[in-house]
Amino acid sequence: MATFTRPRTLKETITHYCPGCGHGIVHRLLAEVIDELGIREKTIGTAPVGCAVMMYDYIDCDMIECAHGRAPAAATGLKRVHPDKIVFTYQGDGDLAAIGTAETIHTANRGENITVIFINNVIYGMTGGQMAPTTMLGQRTTTTPEGRGMHGEGGPIHVCELLRSLEGVCYLERTAVSSPSDVLATRRAIRKAFECQIAGKGFSLVEVLSMCPTDWKLSPDKAVKFVNHEMKTVFPVGVYKDK
Amino acid sequence: MSKNNVDIHFDAHRCKGCGLCVIFCPCGNIRMSDALNEQGHPYAELIDADRCTGCGLCFRMCPDTAIEIRSNKTAKR
Repeated sequence: MATFTRPRTLKETITHYCPGCGHGIVHRLLAEVIDELGIREKTIGTAPVGCAVMMYDYIDCDMIECAHGRAPAAATGLKRVHPDKIVFTYQGDGDLAAIGTAETIHTANRGENITVIFINNVIYGMTGGQMAPTTMLGQRTTTTPEGRGMHGEGGPIHVCELLRSLEGVCYLERTAVSSPSDVLATRRAIRKAFECQIAGKGFSLVEVLSMCPTDWKLSPDKAVKFVNHEMKTVFPVGVYKDK
Repeated sequence: MSKNNVDIHFDAHRCKGCGLCVIFCPCGNIRMSDALNEQGHPYAELIDADRCTGCGLCFRMCPDTAIEIRSNKTAKR
């Protein structure tokens, strides 16, 4: 009997996300993995600042809300005080790669035994579509109306490539949620990242290329094509580190 | 249960009408409604229950967990 039903860890609450947003898919995958591994009662998550700020209303495990970008630092404290718990952070590109760059890099470098789910939608979603650190060259946003330029704004930050060289990092993978096969790959990656933490191997991060139809000003079907045809050429999916 | 032993349920109340299920249904068996739900969105609905194979691609792509499927087939997760 094959069943496709809402995982236990995902609450029934209807999310506040826009139609076609990738957050809902990643929330479900995260909940499925937590259920599968049977770790709901010992998992502590951190909600980000960004569109997923009210994530604790949707995921049925212990959650805390962190100051913008400081989730890896807060998660470090949580994990060190509760080494038997499973600690994850869920962060967007503004949270992880802009205001939280220092926390992200140093937490990774220290090899803190936590899991980071990084949602990369190449734009600031909640604040209305401004340029993010991961915005692609030439991409128009409200703060780069002529398109992001190499001379002025600089190029997009590739988080997986940036963190790959750090000794404390155990597992890095970039995936997407823009097709059923990508969704399955994301689910496998999240599971692998949690398994790394359970095995005590160190810092694990899954970067998920996600859709933001509203701020890209695209319909959901065109947003999916944007991820598959444009984002994946700038941010190639795959495993960047697995030790 | 349909002819293919698939029990598929679309929750019109949860659906936000993004249409990702419509795009990825390999049978072209899902459409958007003309009516709107309480949230003000059109909602996905099955065209022909007997044509649904229960593959689960719509479930995997749905950001709002508005689709639930039970079938007698085995599927890779």
